[in-house]
Amino acid sequence: MGSYKLDYLDQLESEAIHIFREVAGQFERPALLFSGGKDSIVLVHLALKAFRPGKFPFPLVHIDTGHNFQEALDFRDALAEKIGEKLIVRNVEDTIKTRGLTEQKGKLPSRNGLQTYTLLDTIEEFEFDACIGGARRDEEKARAKERIFSVRDEFGSWDPKRQRPELWNIYNGKINKGENVRVFPISNWTELDIWNYIRREKIELPSIYFAHEREVLEFDGRLVATNEFITLHDDDVVSRKVVRYRTVGDMTCTAAVESNASTLDDIINEIIATNTSERGQTRIDDRVSEAAMEDRKKNGYF
Amino acid sequence: MDILRFLTAGSVDDGKSTLIGRLLYDSKSIMVDQLEAIERSTKNKEEGRVDLALLTDGLRAEREQGITIDVAYKYFSTPKRKFIIADTPGHIQYTRNMVTGASNSDLAIILIDARHGVVEQTRRHSIIVSLLNLPHVVVAINKMDLVDFSQDKYNDIVIDYSQVAASLGLKNVTYIPISALNGDNIVEKSTAMPWYEGGSLLNVLETVEVHEDINLTEGRFPVQYVIRPQTEELPDYRGYAGKIISGIYRKGDKVVVQPAGIESTISAVEVGGQEVEEAFAPQSAVLHLADDIDVSRGDVIVKQDAPVQVAQEFEVVLCWMSNTPLVPRNKYMLQINSRNVRCVVKELEYKLNVNTLEKELSPVSAGLNDVVKATIKTASPIAFDTYKNLRANGGAILIDETSLVTVGACMITTEPQEKPFWPEI
Repeated sequence: MGSYKLDYLDQLESEAIHIFREVAGQFERPALLFSGGKDSIVLVHLALKAFRPGKFPFPLVHIDTGHNFQEALDFRDALAEKIGEKLIVRNVEDTIKTRGLTEQKGKLPSRNGLQTYTLLDTIEEFEFDACIGGARRDEEKARAKERIFSVRDEFGSWDPKRQRPELWNIYNGKINKGENVRVFPISNWTELDIWNYIRREKIELPSIYFAHEREVLEFDGRLVATNEFITLHDDDVVSRKVVRYRTVGDMTCTAAVESNASTLDDIINEIIATNTSERGQTRIDDRVSEAAMEDRKKNGYF
Repeated sequence: MDILRFLTAGSVDDGKSTLIGRLLYDSKSIMVDQLEAIERSTKNKEEGRVDLALLTDGLRAEREQGITIDVAYKYFSTPKRKFIIADTPGHIQYTRNMVTGASNSDLAIILIDARHGVVEQTRRHSIIVSLLNLPHVVVAINKMDLVDFSQDKYNDIVIDYSQVAASLGLKNVTYIPISALNGDNIVEKSTAMPWYEGGSLLNVLETVEVHEDINLTEGRFPVQYVIRPQTEELPDYRGYAGKIISGIYRKGDKVVVQPAGIESTISAVEVGGQEVEEAFAPQSAVLHLADDIDVSRGDVIVKQDAPVQVAQEFEVVLCWMSNTPLVPRNKYMLQINSRNVRCVVKELEYKLNVNTLEKELSPVSAGLNDVVKATIKTASPIAFDTYKNLRANGGAILIDETSLVTVGACMITTEPQEKPFWPEI
């Protein structure tokens, strides 16, 4: 010490911890939305720093689409067990049955839109007033304009025109009955910040983030892991390749990248050298329209 | 490597979007897929050049109405710094957005069109920067290519703006002649303006000293949450969790818990779950006190050697942010850091014209984007500092009691009263 200067990762960490504690201080029934992806794993790590030696003032909640990678699910269960915190899992499959929802058809049927229904049902079931998520503003332009405390109505809708001004480090979490707040503690982190932090803090990740051999389908210039949810045709090009995942979402809408990066150092070097954005390279669901994320958020998506 | 948060003030006409696009593009923060999307949108426009302004293009809801709704945050970094840009629309009706963006910024870039010089909008932006007390200002004189890179033109604008800066008491003002469109003096020094001796814009942003802006002498620790595990191993653990907004805290330091005014001593300091010798702003930490006293969320643990003001009535400069007007005697909630109390806005002393600095005395109400001087009375005392002296503990928001929306931003102006000197008898 002595110089009293904080490194940029320390500054980001301190800001995120502050946001976590504001949630704990302002809400009755918060939840941490946990997906098994790297951003939500970083959230758990930050929550440990914010609240230990106490327990988390919220459960971990996973909305399982049924299309998740097994590696991510195993990791999720092991992590919850290791830190001794409560994990609540709700399944999109159940919502589809009880609500009679119609699944997407086509080659890569995505449950991305359907998981909003399960999320809203889960919020209602547990009366959650705040849901903490790992969205970052550098991911996408709709996210770039969303507040750290983002108030949603009972349909979960985000209304960009009715956002509350967010000044200094003061977060207004006051809500009326039926409303809830989505909270994004790592709003100001970039993809590279996340990876640098994971390396510095030696945070464990699911194995699929590192290079491994996998059978993949080449589809529209992307590599999609073959799995039971994808319908293959005779003219499809399927091969075994060494790949890793840059983001982890549903198997049907997340693409792998060809890579030999087997360590965090390798991954960070690859990200520094890459010329494609994280979502652009790996998210099939964003390509549908230019305003895809904006539309999903208005419908209650994260 | 540290972080610089800055705000860009100016309208599309000043080339603000082009400037941000240029910084992102030249620092290689734009990826191929994002560029391709822009190129698709640019195709039907002028030939050739990619329209960098489209990089900051917003939501469909905005495009449809041809407006910018809100503050957008953009990120880029160089080996020296991580940068967070608060991109705010510059038109008069968006004072509230600029105030919001400025509240979290260390530096403001004020864009001036070299052809037009200092205009009304320049003054308005500078007044807001001064109200929010930003420690650094960069005046970027843009479109130099359209005035033949004229040194005389540049000098005239510098002289004009210096008067604005002096009248507002702006600190650390740096002037840079640029062309955002062509990249002159953005990342590299321009060969078109050999008469300019300063650094490029990026060079200035990379080297401006922001660490000294953090107050390390007056200790303020607003308590956010109390950690009490109450387990068998830790039956008596009681840690006060919060963020040090100013000052340094060490074991053994004398402190006062405000607003109650109870004295105690720091018995332990923790950062990230580890006990440490000391912690400093802006670290998040856990403090332990030697005495078993009642401390909860909303209290401020203040270092005894740097007293805070504690009062129920104080004056503020207030920016109104709601379509529903502010009417004197109305009740609101006031939130300052982690403390939330009911309050009433008493009389409005004057309304400030943000274009001319003229004061309209005793206005009957304040509308959206108005800036007024007002007196606020709270239901219980709060611990605060004068905004100009300690930004982190002098800013507060007003919340409407029924809609629960944030309706006002307050900068506290009340100065500590000199303690009367009583000669010892």
